[in-house]
Amino acid sequence: MQRNLFTYIWRHSRPEQVVILGLVILAQVFYFLSLTVPKSIVNNGIQGNAFKDSKTIPFLVWELDLSAVLPVGVIRLFDGFQVDQLQYLVVMSFVFLAAVVINGQFKKTINTQKGRMGERMLRRLRYELYDRILRFPPAHFRKVKQAELATMIKDEVEPLGGFIGDAFVAPMFLGGQALTAIIFIMLQNWLLGIVVVVLLAVQMAIIPRLRKPVLVLGRLRQLSARQLAGRIAETADGVNEIHIHGAANYERADISERLGRIFKIRFDLYQKKFVAKFWNNILSQATPFAIYLIGGYFAITGQMDVGAVVGVLLAYKDLPSPIKELIDWDQQRQDVQIKYEQVIDQFQPEGMMPEELQAIPDGPPPPLGKELVLAGVTVSEDGRMKQLDSVSLVVPTCRRMAVIGQSSSGKDVLGQVLARVTLPTTGSIKIDGSDFFRLPEYVLGSRTSYISHETYLFPLSVRDNLLFGLKIRPVAPATYDDATRAVREVFWKESTRAGNPALDPNADWIDYELAGATGPADLLPCMVQALKQVELDEDIYSLGLRGTVDAAQRPDLAERILEARRALHGRLQNETYAGLVETFNDDRYNRNLSVAENLLFGTPLGKTFDGDNIATDPYVESVLRTTGLDRDLQRMGLTIAETMVELFSDLSPDNPLFEQYSFISADELPNVRLLLQRLGGKGIEAVPEGDGRRLMTLPFRYTEARHRLGLIDGAMEDRLLAARRAFETGLPANLRGAVEFYDFERYNSAATLQDNVLFGRLVYGQAQAEARIGTLIAEVLDELGLRNSVIEVGLEYNVGVGGKRLTAAQRQKLGIARALIKRPQLLIVNEAVASFDSRTQDRIRDNILASATAGDRGVVWIANRPTQAEPFEQIVVMQGGRIAAQGAPADLAERGGLYAELMTAA
Amino acid sequence: MNLNEEVELLKRVPIFSKIEPAKLKLLAFTSERVNYAEGQELCHQGDPGDAMYVILGGVADVLIDSEKGQIRVAEMKKNDFLGEIAILCDVPRTATIKAREPLSTLKISKDTFYRLVDEVPQMAIEVMRELAHRVVDTNKKLQEATAKQAA
Repeated sequence: MQRNLFTYIWRHSRPEQVVILGLVILAQVFYFLSLTVPKSIVNNGIQGNAFKDSKTIPFLVWELDLSAVLPVGVIRLFDGFQVDQLQYLVVMSFVFLAAVVINGQFKKTINTQKGRMGERMLRRLRYELYDRILRFPPAHFRKVKQAELATMIKDEVEPLGGFIGDAFVAPMFLGGQALTAIIFIMLQNWLLGIVVVVLLAVQMAIIPRLRKPVLVLGRLRQLSARQLAGRIAETADGVNEIHIHGAANYERADISERLGRIFKIRFDLYQKKFVAKFWNNILSQATPFAIYLIGGYFAITGQMDVGAVVGVLLAYKDLPSPIKELIDWDQQRQDVQIKYEQVIDQFQPEGMMPEELQAIPDGPPPPLGKELVLAGVTVSEDGRMKQLDSVSLVVPTCRRMAVIGQSSSGKDVLGQVLARVTLPTTGSIKIDGSDFFRLPEYVLGSRTSYISHETYLFPLSVRDNLLFGLKIRPVAPATYDDATRAVREVFWKESTRAGNPALDPNADWIDYELAGATGPADLLPCMVQALKQVELDEDIYSLGLRGTVDAAQRPDLAERILEARRALHGRLQNETYAGLVETFNDDRYNRNLSVAENLLFGTPLGKTFDGDNIATDPYVESVLRTTGLDRDLQRMGLTIAETMVELFSDLSPDNPLFEQYSFISADELPNVRLLLQRLGGKGIEAVPEGDGRRLMTLPFRYTEARHRLGLIDGAMEDRLLAARRAFETGLPANLRGAVEFYDFERYNSAATLQDNVLFGRLVYGQAQAEARIGTLIAEVLDELGLRNSVIEVGLEYNVGVGGKRLTAAQRQKLGIARALIKRPQLLIVNEAVASFDSRTQDRIRDNILASATAGDRGVVWIANRPTQAEPFEQIVVMQGGRIAAQGAPADLAERGGLYAELMTAA
Repeated sequence: MNLNEEVELLKRVPIFSKIEPAKLKLLAFTSERVNYAEGQELCHQGDPGDAMYVILGGVADVLIDSEKGQIRVAEMKKNDFLGEIAILCDVPRTATIKAREPLSTLKISKDTFYRLVDEVPQMAIEVMRELAHRVVDTNKKLQEATAKQAA
């Protein structure tokens, strides 16, 4: 990238700049017109100077003065109209108005053009910076802070966008304006002109000087703000360490210190700015002072007419602002140049990846090649410690090979080098004779795969993370209707203009062939297969059970789930499952549901009936009133309140039992106790209206089977059932969408898959009910062949930022599955299973090995335990960054030495 | 069975007998009632334990693994409590408890137990007393066994 911002801007926006410059020059004609017309109005229109000799003068005379080239002299094209003084005044005034309007039009067009060009350049610059991040050498990310990169692309280049539009236009436009005004003044009176020019020269010399310190401080401000952003990100990243080590106040001290420094810079900046402003104002007022004095003197002594002095003043009125803006522009130029350089410097580390390595292939990526040959590969950080020391090794891409050694043997670095995550300091790697480091990323990305012990997941669904490695190129374009297509075409055209690629993220990027599928239809089994290999299918399956499916989107699946529901309820009739599930039955009160759930008898949609809202909903209140339940429920609330006060009064407010079990929060308990004391056992009739409402929420949360206060007897059950029916039949149309009623024959889109199959509630207090019913549900779903469909739903689960909604083991497994699904020709596993227990480690290794052997694909297994290496065809033993021995396991065992030592130590 | 009836039952359990009814009610309210069918296990020897149980009705066998398979060493009936060792000293379950007939229990989680002990020190003393009784009992059995072996 060019170090000079102007060169950069000029190179990428030359045609646009030229158009705008043309417009600016054209605009000057009208600007000059708007300056000369007032003089004619005053002198001829008002004072009538031109009408002293005749009543009318010709107007709009068109003459071509060719006296210099032709003997004919002046050619008159049009003799003009004859106008008298009043007509002249009117016409000239309108000419003035027209000039002003045209002037305004020009300004508008120029500004629009500038704005578009500026934004386009900003887009280009941002894209180029981001593009460079993708081409940074891997090691560079150990030196830069991500938050700083983000700040630079997002905030620091932003002012550049505003400036780019003005980079060439502003000096031209403002300079042109100033020059026009000066020429005009010169034409009126050269002496006055010289005075103005001298004063302007003084301004232009002094003001930039005053602003120099402002620029220096501005640069400091930029750096300190960037570091602050980096520091804040560090706090977020290391928040656990801060809490664990009690270092919060040390962190506070650091931030306070930084903010103090930033304050000082900003305040200095502020002060210096206003000093500069002060002098700027004084100097710019010196000029009118001179015009009044000298121009007035000339007018009095008759050396200049009054119209000229007014013209000069008018011209001058417009002069300080272009001059001031010109000075501002110059300052902005320096400021932006500095910002630009500071950003650019951060984006050109040494060893950037050449662009062609990240080209997009036209068709399916070619195979990898037969063997990788490492010759004298050495890796050393800062030239000191040699992590790899002249390693020479042949890695056939179809062999299952293991690398063992102690933790500092360099085996992990070897894995990184093979994956091109770490670049060798010296030595070469060839793939079938050509340079491994010239191999395009699309070949590497599709034909090899690398997993280390740390996996990053993107905050997307499990599915998107799993398929991430298949998205190497757009395989099939997205289909759009004509209208959308037209919009997209315009969008891409603009992208190309700003130097951005016209790639469509909506296209289908998934390379099904890599996964062994033919299209979207048969991708699911491939995904399940990959999940199975890392034993993650069960986890995703249970995520699926807890997920929801919209029946409108997947009517087929909804229908199958209903089938599962019927099958499950058939099985539940069996005596062994008696008393474990209380089915949702419209005709019976469900003792394992809360009063609210019983009343609603459905899943709340939206907020209307959700949680405690149901207790205060006006419609629910009216239903309770008409069924006469309101008093009874309040009475129940009072009993609950009494019990809670009795049970929890003596506990300290911070006792966790409150949160877990109490109906009333610790903060509210004293109020409730006061209320009860005031009542003095008088019963519900004495409860004031407002408190009655508060008591109302309590019975709604009450579940007979769980809380066991014996509040709901048979009679009460019947009355609540009646209320349930009244609620359903009287539900006004506008509330229909607020609840999805339980209906055995209908799929409930708001409930989870599991709840849909179960269609009931587990009975409280039955040992192992959850496990037994869970197994039964799994059996039923398996029999109906719905297991993969449930996994498909689970695949939609969002893994959260950095995958934090999954456990560490799940994250790692998903990372491995992501590498396995593309069936790489060469898979490098760099101690990626170390975080699992040893049995799981071995099982996953066996799965990977079996699938690689079946497909005759290569594996380089960097073993975290030497014994893992046993089933591999070839074993490389490493020590101190060198290869100590290699060969088939049996040969190595025969030779003994380090291999035997490692194997027996394990 | 509602809460008040459970409290009445709990009052008759020796370790809870000295605890005032309000506290017992809190214990009953914050604990889970768990029913076991015949043959179901409450806990399995060697598993980690996170709760103790008070038997409110029914009979359970205490089984210990041996070389000859499980042997029944004791039985637990109404008002007995079990599982306290695993939550007191963080060791795996020392025996398997299996319901011999439909069994009704109150499951007191480790957290609830410790919180209750905090609030009601009397309960700790009662548990200590019961444990001491069991040690005495065990010692006696050991003596008898050694005497038998010597003879």
